[in-house]
Order: sequence, then C-alpha cells, then structure tokens
Amino acid sequence: MPASSAPAPALPAEPPRRRLPRLPLPGLLGLAVILFWLATALFGPWLLSPEANAPGADEVFGRLGAAHPLGTDYLGRDILARLVLGAGYTVGVAIVATLLASAGGTALALLAAVRGGWADGTLSRLMDTLISIPSKLFALIMVAAFGSSVTLLALTAALIYVPGVFRIARSLAVNINAMDYVAVARSRGEGELYIMRHEILPNMLGPMLADLGLRFVYVVLLLAGLSFLGLGVQPPEADWGSLVRENLGGLPEGAPAVIVPALAIASLTIAVNLLIDNLPGRGER
Amino acid sequence: MSAAPPSSAPAQAAPGQGAAVAVRGLRIAAKGASGEHTIVHGLDFDIAPGEVLALIGESGSGKTTTALALMGYARQGCRIVGGSVRIGDIDVLGLDAAAQRRLRGRTVAYIAQSAAASFNPSRTLMDQVVEPALIHRLMSRDEAERRAVALFRELALPRPDSIGQRYPHQVSGGQLQRLMAAMALISDPALVILDEPTTALDVTTQIEVLRAFRRVVRERGTSAVYVTHDLAVVAQMADRILVLRHGAARELGDTRQIIEAPADDYTRSLLAAAHPAPRAGGPAADATATPLLSVRGLAAGYGPRGADGMPAVPILADIDLTVRRGQAIGVIGESGSGKTTLARVVAGLVAPARGEVLLDGALLPPTLARRSKDQLRRIQIVFQIADTALNPAHTVERILARPLQLYHGLSGAALQARIARLLDLVQLPSAVAGRLPGGLSGGQKQRINLARALAAEPDLILADEVTSALDTVVGAAVLDLMAELRRELGLSYLFISHDLNTVRAVCDEVVVLYAGRKVESVPRERAGVAEGMATGSAARHPYFDLLARSVPELRLGWLDETAAREAQQPAGARAAGCCVFLDRCPVRLAGVCDSLPPPRRSLPGGGEILCHRAEVPAARA
Amino acid sequence: MNALVLRLIAARIGLALVSLLLVSAVVFAITALLPGDAAEEKLGLEATAETLAALRHEMGLDRPALLRYGDWLAGMAGGDPGRSVVSGALVGQLIASRLPNSLLLAGLTAAISVPLALGLGIAAAMWRGSRFDRAVSMGAVAVVSVPEFLIATLAVLLFAVQLRWLPALAYTGPDAELAELARAYALPVFSLCCVIISQMLRMTRAAVVDQLRAPYIEMLRLKGASPLRMVLRHALPNALGPIANAVALSLSYLLGGVIIVETIFNYPGVAKLMVDGVTQRDMPLVQTCAMLFCAAYLLLVTVADVLGIVSNPKLRHR
Repeated sequence: MPASSAPAPALPAEPPRRRLPRLPLPGLLGLAVILFWLATALFGPWLLSPEANAPGADEVFGRLGAAHPLGTDYLGRDILARLVLGAGYTVGVAIVATLLASAGGTALALLAAVRGGWADGTLSRLMDTLISIPSKLFALIMVAAFGSSVTLLALTAALIYVPGVFRIARSLAVNINAMDYVAVARSRGEGELYIMRHEILPNMLGPMLADLGLRFVYVVLLLAGLSFLGLGVQPPEADWGSLVRENLGGLPEGAPAVIVPALAIASLTIAVNLLIDNLPGRGER
Repeated sequence: MSAAPPSSAPAQAAPGQGAAVAVRGLRIAAKGASGEHTIVHGLDFDIAPGEVLALIGESGSGKTTTALALMGYARQGCRIVGGSVRIGDIDVLGLDAAAQRRLRGRTVAYIAQSAAASFNPSRTLMDQVVEPALIHRLMSRDEAERRAVALFRELALPRPDSIGQRYPHQVSGGQLQRLMAAMALISDPALVILDEPTTALDVTTQIEVLRAFRRVVRERGTSAVYVTHDLAVVAQMADRILVLRHGAARELGDTRQIIEAPADDYTRSLLAAAHPAPRAGGPAADATATPLLSVRGLAAGYGPRGADGMPAVPILADIDLTVRRGQAIGVIGESGSGKTTLARVVAGLVAPARGEVLLDGALLPPTLARRSKDQLRRIQIVFQIADTALNPAHTVERILARPLQLYHGLSGAALQARIARLLDLVQLPSAVAGRLPGGLSGGQKQRINLARALAAEPDLILADEVTSALDTVVGAAVLDLMAELRRELGLSYLFISHDLNTVRAVCDEVVVLYAGRKVESVPRERAGVAEGMATGSAARHPYFDLLARSVPELRLGWLDETAAREAQQPAGARAAGCCVFLDRCPVRLAGVCDSLPPPRRSLPGGGEILCHRAEVPAARA
Repeated sequence: MNALVLRLIAARIGLALVSLLLVSAVVFAITALLPGDAAEEKLGLEATAETLAALRHEMGLDRPALLRYGDWLAGMAGGDPGRSVVSGALVGQLIASRLPNSLLLAGLTAAISVPLALGLGIAAAMWRGSRFDRAVSMGAVAVVSVPEFLIATLAVLLFAVQLRWLPALAYTGPDAELAELARAYALPVFSLCCVIISQMLRMTRAAVVDQLRAPYIEMLRLKGASPLRMVLRHALPNALGPIANAVALSLSYLLGGVIIVETIFNYPGVAKLMVDGVTQRDMPLVQTCAMLFCAAYLLLVTVADVLGIVSNPKLRHR
C-alpha cells in the first residue's frame, strides 16, 4: 500500500459512545444503601464522641430512645456507636477480601485460559480441590490452625472465594479466548500479556463486576457467621456478627441490641443484590 | 394419504386440501430501547388454495416475523398490533389462547430453519413426529406411527421403518430437516410454513431436501409459505413471490415475472447480487517467479499427537497449494472439509503435523511464536463473522491503530492520517473511527475487518468465508471491494468459501477440498457447471461434479432438469488410504476405488485431480 | 446404559476420590504442618529445648512430613483418627455418638426442602414474569441475602419467645414422644429449610427457564402443545442434570447452615462438636470432622454429576 500523503480528514471530536443507561428504582435504592454503609464505615467513627463506646451506667438491653436511638447492649453501651464502629470491620474486611479474591481469581483464570495446556490443567485441578471444601468449614479449619485475627479473616475469606471467581472467570475467558479477534491478535504477534489485558479482560469486566458484588455478599455472610460463632472478630472489637452474638442474651426480651445489627447485615446484602439484579444488560433470569 | 381424521376433529378447513389465506393490513411492532417501533408495516397478500407463496428478503425484512404471524404467533419482544389474517374461514388474530393451540400444528404447520435446535434432544424422533397428531387427538398413536413411516418413505428418508426410534443427534442435518417436514405434515395441515428450511444445509444435501419438500407439498395440494433469502431456491419452489424490505412489500408477482422481468429496483438489485459476475483479476501472474505461498504435503489436525506424529483428530492430509503474487485462489468444500483449518495452518494458528509452508520460497516456522514480525505482517487473516472478529470493547480507531503501531511504528498525526486513509480505502466515512463495533452494520464490520488486515500492508490475505454471514447485496459489495483492492494494491488472496458462485466470481483458480483432501484444482474458466459440461472431454472429480450440479441456478425449471440422484449405498469393505469419497461416489469402481489410494494427475489446460476415473468424463456415468 | 456412560461414571468417581485425597492433603497441611508445633503448644511456657525435643519425638513430630501424612491418612481411612487432645476420648467414638443426630436433622431438612423447592422453582419458571414468580424470586433473594443466624434468631423470637408455640432448644431425650419431637425439631429444620430452599429454588428456576428458552420449545408452541406439556414432558427431562446439580449444591449449603443452626439451638450434632473443637483447638477432632464434611460434599456433587451423565441423551444413545 503506498504511503498516504493526503491530509487526514478531520475525525469527529466526540465519539458517540454508549451513554450510561439509567438504573431502575430498586437498583438506585440498593446503590443508596451501599453508599450509606460505605460512608458510615469510612467517616462514622470520627463523628462519634470518644465515650460513645464506653459501658454506660444506663439500662442494659435498653429500648429505642432519645439518649440511645438504637438502644443499649448487654453492657449498657450505645448500640448506634457499636454499629458504626462495627461497620468498619464488616464492610472493610469484606471489601478487602472480595477485591483480593476477585483480582487473584481473575488473574489466575486469564493465565489458565491464555496459556492453556499444562498451566490450565494444574490450576483447574487445584481450584477444584479447594472448591470442594465448604466455605464455612474452610474458615473453621483456618481459625483452628492459626487463631483468629482480622488479617487472617480477610486472607481466609479471600482464599475461600478465589476458586469460585476462578471458575466463572475461566469459563468467560476461555470463551473469549476462542473468539476470532483473539486469533487475529495472536496471528499479529501479540504477547500473552497484551492478549490478557487488552483483548480478553475488557470483555469480561461486566460479568466479573456482577460476580464481585455477589462474592461481597458471600464474604459478608461468611464473616458474620464466623463472628456469630465467636470465631471471627474478637472482643473488645466487634463486627456486626459479633454484636448479634454478644447480645444474644437479650433475645428472649426481643432487645434491639440483637435485632438491629442483624438487620444491618441484611440491609447491606440485600442492597448489593438489588443493585446487581438491576444492572443494565442483565436480562430476565 | 388416504386416512381421514376422525370426525371428532374440530371443524377446520378440509383435510388434505390447501386453504385460502388472506392477510390484510398486517402490522407488527417490536419493543426496543426507545419504546415500540413497527417492524412490519401493513402487509396485504393472498394465497390461493394449493399455491406456494415465497416471502423473500434480506435480514431485517420481516419475512420470518410475517410468516409466524400467520399462526397468530409473535416472538418474545414482538407484538401483532393490527390487521387481519384469515385462513379458510378462521380469523387467526381473533382467536383466544386455546383456539390458537387448536390451530397450530393442525391447520397451520411450521418447518423451522434449524432442525437440530427444533427437536427435543432427549426424546425419540418418532415421539416428536407423531406429537402434533396426538396433541390434536387426530388419531391413535399406532395409526400416527404408521402414517409417520409412510411420510418418511415419501420424503426419501433412509430406513423409514426404524429411523423413528433414533434420537435427534443420531441423524444428519438433511435428514432432520425432512423429519421436521414429516412432523409438520402428519396432521394434514391446510397451510405449511417453511422458514429457510435448507439454509443451514450443504448444497449437495440441499438439493435432495428441496426435491423432497416440493414433491410432498405439490402432491398434497397444501398451501405453503416459503420463507428464504435465496432467489435461486425460490425459483424452484414458489408459484408467486412477495419481495419484502424493511417490513414493507416491494413487489408481488408470479415467479416467472419476478425472476425474468422484475419491476422494482430493489428486486433487480437482489437478482443482480444473486448472479455473481466474475470480477476482473489483476495482471496475469508470472508462472515462472517464485510463488508467494506454497504449501507442500501438508497434514494437520487437532488433539494430542500420536506416535507417528499425527494428531488425534486429523483434518487435512497431503495438501499441495500454490498462490502466485497477485493471484486469488479459491478453496471450496462443505462443512468439515478442512478449509478453515487450512487457513489457520497458513496463518500459524495451528501447527502442521507434516509438510511445509513456504512464503516467497522461505520456509515459514510452524508456530506463531517462531515467526518473525515481518512474516506475521505479510500474511493477514480475515474471519467469517465480523461480530466475533472485532473486539467489542475497542473502538474502530483502536482496532486499526494497533497493527499500524506494531508493524510500522506509526504514531500521532501520521497514525491518524493512515487510519483515515484505510477507512477511505474500504469506503467507510471517517466518522466511524470513534465507534465501537456494536454500533456498525454487518457490512461495515466486515469492511473494518478488511481494513485491519490492510493496515499491516500484507502480501497475502486469508479470507475465510468473508461474505457468508452477510446479506447477498452487501456481500456482493464486499466482493467488489476485495477485487478492487486486489487490482490497486497487488494483493493475493487465499479465498475460502462453501459457495461455488462466490469463489468463481473472484478467484483465478478453484481448489476443491473433500474430507481434508485436495480432490481437484481447476482454473476459473472450467469451474462452472455449463463450462464443465460443454468441455465434456475435461475430466472432473465426481465430488466436484456433484457440487457444481447441486448449486441452484436462478432460472425456472432447474430443479426439474437436474436428474435425481440414486441414493448411494455406502460401499462395503475398503482398504486403508483408499478414496475418501468412496461412499458417496456414483461412479466408483469396485476393486479399484475401495482398495487403492487414488492417483494425483495433472489435467491438460491446468489443474489437478485426485481420482482413479480421471480418464472417464465423470459428467454422467 | 452403554460402555461410554459407564466409563464416564467411573472416571467421575475416580476424580472424586482424587479430589478427596487432595483435600486431605490440604487439610493436613493447614492443620498439622503450617501452624508451628503441637508439642510447643502443649508444653506452653514450661518448654525447654530438651523437653520439647523429647515430646516431639514421643509425638512423632520429628519424622518427615510425608510419613506423618501417610500415618494420618491411614488412620482416617481405617476409621481410627486418634484421640481428642482435650478430652482424651477416641475421636471416632465422639463422632459416632453425634453423627445420627446430624443425619436426622439433615435428612428431615432435605425431605421437606427438596420437594418444596423443586415445586416452587418449576412453577416460577412456568409462569415466569407473573406476580407469583416475582414474589417467589424476591422472597428467595431476600432469604439468600440474610445470614442463617438471623433467620434462626428471628424464628426463635417469633415462635418460641413471642408466641411460645415451640421450645427454643431442640434436643430432647432419646425417648421423647413424637409430638414433642416434632415440636423440638420444628425450629432448627425450619431455619435450615429457609436457607437451602431459596438457593435450590433459584437454581431450579434458572435451569428450567434455560430449557424453556430453547428453540424446540418454540417449535412445540407452534405444534399447539399446552404449557403443561411443554414443561412436564419436554423441558423437565432436559433440565434433569442441572436440577440434580442444584439440589446437590444446595444440600451442600446445608453443611454450612448446620454449623450455625446446631450452635444456636445447642444441638448435639457433628457440626457443634467441630465448632467446640475449633474453640479448644482440638486438632484431631477438627481434622476428622473436616474430612467428614468434605467427603459428604464430594459425595453429593458426584451423585449429581453422575445423574447428569445418565440423563444426557447424547451419551445414553450413541
């Protein structure tokens, strides 16, 4: 082809990209609740007075009231304060674990799909093994072996959900890897890294983000469950699961101290589900 | 068919006799991102009892939507919003759900394009063929089965007595399509709708299915609607033709009038695209120079290699091929013949098990990793389905920029200028540069696909079924473009297709693959049907002969003139390495073809053939 | 049943056994190799170099890891996983005394939840988009998103505390009357059912909907088939594999749910035993319970896969 010396016709300035589709109402609601809890976890602790978390002289298992909007716990502490402090653990640990699991699982899946053969076989076998240990059980084994700490909880939750992410990401990546545009890129002489990052990854981002949300829900539930068993975040610190556990004594009285943190967990997880189910491009299922 | 339905059947049009159909002001709407929009705009047409009406059009013309509306059915997301459909004295659109169920499969029957997907994989064929008769309580199961077997026989299905016991995955596509016809006809419907019933089939199978369909429809006197995009097929099947475009009627007339004296411009453009004119090639290739590409003794396949170095699933064996500079070589074969694998081996995507590939006389390394950047640049591959060949996450600009950066180190203004020039070269407005592939039409995508290959400034383009997924008119324009580029840029093509007409239109030489063997190669001049017959002395491989004579011709009466073939019984015992076409060959020689590998001979006037009977004119044995 | 199907089934079972072996290696690695030294732990602050070495030798901790793993595996396989570090009782006996309780709980839950979930899931798929479908699907999402302990505590709050219909603790003596037994089990079984029904229902619905979108269903509609015929005679047989998978996977959630529910209701099952073991870091007990749960999981998944193979017409009829 002769080199062109003709002046280039001006390219239009605005590329007509797809505009952001609007979220239906339930999706917006979910998004709002998620943002609310994120903000609580990030900024809530600054807004509390230092003595908010101290055992009070107030009534144990108090009802909702002006002094304690959400009642008091088994030591007479303010539930609102406990909830705000717990948000950091419940939301924070879950986010870290989910991001680790998603990033790790996706990276391994890309490697397995693009490299194929031996690497794929080994990785898939390993992940199949890990996936056949039920999640709560895996967590119990880890806690039994290493004792419980926030770091261990985050790493354990990440490790538990890597195989699940890997499975989904690998099946997506294998399908995309079989596309002709990947064959074109290969035959152009592109390296594996380019193919993973530029050809495959952008096209699996949508489903992987939805999966990220679901994993987050699983992680929140897993950590809450562990804390509920007394094997998660250890006292005096408490995430929402521990709050339910330590106030279980108030259950016969129907104390808000038990119900409120449990409802907080439910509101977070339901909100994430609402958001994912209403994301654009997810058809009727 | 003598059996009359029991008197308990609902009062419908008389059995075994076509019904009159009247469609008035039919409007159908589809839900889109921005609310409902009309996709069929007030159609009016009639079908006389026993008449076959063809609905012809390209994708998006609303032909299938219209045909389904005759059963009162609209697919998910679509809605019949107005008009009336009368079959006999039934007002189809006025029926309630239960009455619609009584209509469907009884008064009107449907034959779908993809038989493989339209059968339930987990029930026997007989179960499904007799189902309409049982649903509508027309006869007992025994009677229905007897009737089904009679239909199987009429439709020339092999082993009519036992084929019903098989499952859908156990029979071939052509057989499934005929079984679906049996399923439709078992209830003696007054109207049959055939929706692209042969489009998914190889041409050599298509001709037999067409023949069977036409016979049963004619003999029964059933009214029929034949939906297709293929004018040559329609010319054989229909009494009248309705040409549709964007959901509106363009022309309605007798088949002869539409084919021979079309009144509408759009009809004329369809006809022109269906008659592919030979595109002029470049200057004659220099036969003495080192060929651009030569393939020698190539064998390839998939799966792990065995002890002899051959892969577990061998696809290609003993392929020789030469492409000279400026030449276009067509590779033709049915699905599974190995033509795509050939392109992938040349491109380096599949390593050959044996043999070698030379570029300009220099040996090409078998795998991509060992080929140099320049070797990679000089061979570019263009895939069949532009949808999967363009990364949906990259803009057109980015798609075209990558090879320019990688091979030519372009950047900045020079890069932009070259992208604009490439778009110009494939006749696209420069405004598409910022678009994602999802926002382009099929033809535009295929042009981008081509432009990306051109960006590398290659010597050889491997074109794998580049027009097969396109509408005829759009595909013809892409072929024109490719011919023009070849002349202007001195490109060479290895042009792979299942469509003999396409290959003949653009290639200097046609290579015929069958079951992974190159059974024949002929210069373009001798690749036509008429040409082959006229030069009766020229030998022709029996498979190529069968293929050439199976391609429907765009004239009335072609199907009648083409003699029906005797169904070939598979040959018995055979020696390893014998002819691969043995089972289907009408002129095989016992004791020769089943025991010795066929010899490869050069033909006078150019070309080669792989056949024992090369000396026998294979036209009609 | 043909040779190919048998071969595939044999391969699947072989794969499950290999997985179980690999799982045992992972469990052993985490519990016995990584976290330092059981001898150190036992001696605590009193450890000196000599006593430590002596105890290590006595406990066999100075032998190569592979040998120790071999012994451990042989013990597991032979039904003698050793003694509890805490109580000194035989782990095998501890588990044997609790296993029937857990099996009863799981069995009751499965017997109630499987038919209910399949029925609801299939019905929701049949009338997909209807008000019934939306109600069922939303209920399922809500329950899936809620921690098991919330359901259990809410159930206790409602039925035991507010209404006083049912006792809050589950376990009754061995010779309780049937009515008493039913009352005692109602809450734990109810809580477990909630957890797994919603999972199973969603997956079943998805499997059937998937089939109902297939072109052969459109063909059936055009043959004049009734909706009931489409679902029962055509879609269901093809959805059998995915549904078996849904049931198996959901029942494996039972394994997780049982851990929480047994703890809340103070139910003397294997899961409660394991949680106690974890709290007291009783490794032999934890290891054995873990292997038991993993084996149960693999068994469920393998059975589902085998059903999937057997119900695949392309494999069954070659």
